[in-house]
Amino acid sequence: MSGGELKKWHEIPIAGIPWKFSTEYKTGDWRSERPIINHNKCVKCLFCYIYCPEMSIKINWTSDGSRPEKVEVDYEFCKGCGICAEVCPVKAINMELEKR
Amino acid sequence: MVEEQVEMLLNGDFAVAWAWKHVEPDVVAAFPITPQTLIVEKFAEFVANGEVRTQFINVESEHSAISAMVGAAAAGARTATATAANGLQLMHEILYIVSSMRLPVMMAVANRAVSGPINIHCDHTDAMGQRDAGWIMLFTEDAQEAYDTTIQAFKISENPDVLLPTMVCLDGFLVSHTAMNLKVFGNPKIVKDFVGEVRPVARIKLMGEEVELSLNPRNKIPLTFGPFCYYDYYFEFKRQQIEAMKAVPEIVERVNKEYYELSGRLYGNGRLVPWNVDDADIVAVVMGSAAGTLRWVARKYRERGTKIGILKVRMFRPFPWEEVQKLLENKEVVAVFDRAQDAGAMVGPLSLEVLSALYYSKNRPKNTVTYIFGLGGRDLTPELAEKTFEELIRIKEGKEKPFIKKYIGVRE
Ligand code: SF4
Ligand code: SF4
Repeated sequence: MSGGELKKWHEIPIAGIPWKFSTEYKTGDWRSERPIINHNKCVKCLFCYIYCPEMSIKINWTSDGSRPEKVEVDYEFCKGCGICAEVCPVKAINMELEKR
Repeated sequence: MVEEQVEMLLNGDFAVAWAWKHVEPDVVAAFPITPQTLIVEKFAEFVANGEVRTQFINVESEHSAISAMVGAAAAGARTATATAANGLQLMHEILYIVSSMRLPVMMAVANRAVSGPINIHCDHTDAMGQRDAGWIMLFTEDAQEAYDTTIQAFKISENPDVLLPTMVCLDGFLVSHTAMNLKVFGNPKIVKDFVGEVRPVARIKLMGEEVELSLNPRNKIPLTFGPFCYYDYYFEFKRQQIEAMKAVPEIVERVNKEYYELSGRLYGNGRLVPWNVDDADIVAVVMGSAAGTLRWVARKYRERGTKIGILKVRMFRPFPWEEVQKLLENKEVVAVFDRAQDAGAMVGPLSLEVLSALYYSKNRPKNTVTYIFGLGGRDLTPELAEKTFEELIRIKEGKEKPFIKKYIGVRE
């Protein structure tokens, strides 16, 4: 869903052109499963970051910027596809049923 | 002022190729299929000879040909393609995408029966399979009209109030491969001035900026064509297409009239071409080359005082139902001649349109019947036409019962 107030047919551009930036399309509300990262297990390899199709893995870097300190999921855009859980080499990500 | 024209002996396919030559589209992509092949063959010759500066894309299928049109037209190019029968069916998926992206693609269709059994000859089943794809559909009667209508199609489609693709249909073999003396403009510049030297690209408002509706990298805001659209907005985009279709009838009429001023040739009001319909008791409704046959036979009846009129439908999409309703008011007998398959349907596709229009008429014709004819290139000879007219006269005189549908020329 695009969020916000829904416009009428003559209020939007023609030809199916999107009229907002892609960051305004919250793909997060498609999710039926939610990836939960177990930070005790995570080795910060960033596989999940590379594979996530929605760029929904956020990296918090250490203050000197030399290595990742914490890896988190951006739930506004995470669509719950489970790819991150699949590729995680240490099985640090668990997919849990989304409750809304 | 009627411009200088030269007479040429051309068949319908070559006539389309000459129209393209005079318009000089930016991009043409097509895959050969009988009876359309001569169009692209001839045009490829023009390209190879350097007579046009069109980019000709060789593709491996019709699906690719129409997909190439999507890319080129979205980039702002003036585009044209041609196909027939199974090639058109292969394009089916993309046709809806072209119209929904509001791309003014011009496509010639040399109407041919759809397999199977495999048949290369004329009927309208191929085009009728695309009637809900959101394209403007114009049916022509002879090679001259194919040339004229091809030129008009660019101007209709590219109008910023329309921005919908146009299919120009010509009967396979009967028009596509039948040579006639016709007139083409002596100076291609006349045609270019008529359609515009370059394709006008619409401008839209987006995030407070005015941008070109194209994949123009110079746009202040880059556009995305063909993204995903949910149930929250899909219907609104479809509603826009319906609105664009509403603008078409008037623009078809205007372009037809403007073209007449240049060429001296007028096709009714662009939508319908009535011949002696006003005072007629019996009216035959028809599309394509059969209109000529029916007029020729009807002329003889007219000379004897039998009031038969012929209503040629030139614009099938959008269907000019209100005008059809008006023209057929209070007629004794209306007969719709349908050159397309009707398996499982009450009547053929043209007749379905006419009957729907008549349902809402306050002055419905007394009798309306449908004839399915000409499937797979079966001839509608003047003799057969005469036989059906005799039948219609008997219905008018109450000597024969009207019916819903009959088949002409099939061995029962
Ligand atoms: S579930 Fe899919 S979308 Fe969400 S973070 Fe993992 S890979 Fe990305
Ligand atoms: S793939 Fe697994 S281990 Fe690697 S950063 Fe992501 S959650 Fe941590």
